[in-house]
Amino acid sequence: MTDSLRFELVSPEHLLMDASVHMVVVPGSEGDFGVMAHHAPVMSTIRPGIIDVYQTDGGEIDRIYVAGGFAEVTPEGLVILAEQALFLKDLDRGDVEQKIADLKEDIEDVENDDDRVRLVAELAQFSAILSAMN
Amino acid sequence: MPSLKDLKIRINSVKSTQKITKAMKMVAASKLRRAQEAAEAARPYAERMERVLSGLASNVGVNAGAPPLLAGTGRDDVHLIVVATSERGLCGGFNTSIVKAARVRIEALLKEGKTVKILCIGKKGLALLRRDYRSMILDTFDMSHAKRLAFGDVAPIAERLLSMFEDGELDVCTLFYARFQSALTQVVTGQQLIPASITDDAGVEQAGPDLKGAAYEYEPGEEEILKALLPRNIAVQVFRALLENAASEQGARMTAMDNATRNAGDMIDRLTLTYNRSRQAAITKELIEIISGAEAL
Repeated sequence: MTDSLRFELVSPEHLLMDASVHMVVVPGSEGDFGVMAHHAPVMSTIRPGIIDVYQTDGGEIDRIYVAGGFAEVTPEGLVILAEQALFLKDLDRGDVEQKIADLKEDIEDVENDDDRVRLVAELAQFSAILSAMN
Repeated sequence: MPSLKDLKIRINSVKSTQKITKAMKMVAASKLRRAQEAAEAARPYAERMERVLSGLASNVGVNAGAPPLLAGTGRDDVHLIVVATSERGLCGGFNTSIVKAARVRIEALLKEGKTVKILCIGKKGLALLRRDYRSMILDTFDMSHAKRLAFGDVAPIAERLLSMFEDGELDVCTLFYARFQSALTQVVTGQQLIPASITDDAGVEQAGPDLKGAAYEYEPGEEEILKALLPRNIAVQVFRALLENAASEQGARMTAMDNATRNAGDMIDRLTLTYNRSRQAAITKELIEIISGAEAL
């Protein structure tokens, strides 16, 4: 019997994923950590980064970008509370690059300081996604 | 006695009103379904957040060192009342009942000599509160731009609450909204946001015995996590309240429009009866005139 880990990914708007997987690598705020079945209970904050979900041992990897959140490992499984999550396979490289270019332009034009801060934060996010794709 | 033409015009106008209310009812019904789905989709996150928080809170305990968002400022002088209402009217007693609940609380607080501040979400509540409490209303958040409420839309509200709290501008914050129960019933709820009201019994029991005093490892420390979690919890609670509110609004509108459609139907029946009666009366009168004219000859 191969043990599998129950993995749930929840955003405030949806339950994004609820599956049995082999292992999940979580970008914790104090370093990445892998979670497999029977992991000791841990609670950790997450920094913006990529979650790697291994469906099977050595099998396919789902990569999900999260913009910060929390991970909770209980005896039942792993729950990740993420503010925002994007499946990398749903994203097109061209689109991301285009978005980054658009944002850079917007930042140059913007007058209001609040807007600028928001745009810069958005740009940082997309740059992180792009670097994860490489 | 209105003339036949007047009656006809009136019947036609009620008929077109009925068409409108019927259409609004159907629109509300389909929107309700979507709003309900959104509210249900948001539930897992809020539930897990609550579970994690209550677990943490019971571990850390409410002591002097606990974060102020959990333990409060130790004072109870300045109350902020956040009133979440709809952006549109024609939804029965929805807005009025929320505002009424908020008003009762405001009056009670004022009587105790507390300072009350008001934040409105949605312009319908503002219109109702403005008359009596103009000087207390700090700001209004207009949510009409958001067709489908996203988590990002509530961020400004949460930020405002937190910055006010940090600046010492409020001690207790309560949010008023209508919790969705069914299309027919919405429960007006006053929920305390700051300090966080954590029902540690319910949360821990739900989570099962293994969470209670579980040997969790915290990364970074418990306090840091709690500090990061509490502000987020506010945003989540506001978000959930607004989703519930949206569903409640559509439910209330659906019921109100259903009633309006039925009333219009009754009115048409009554008017048609009057119309037919006066038509017959007019015919009879004319006949009598002709006959009595003929007899006189």
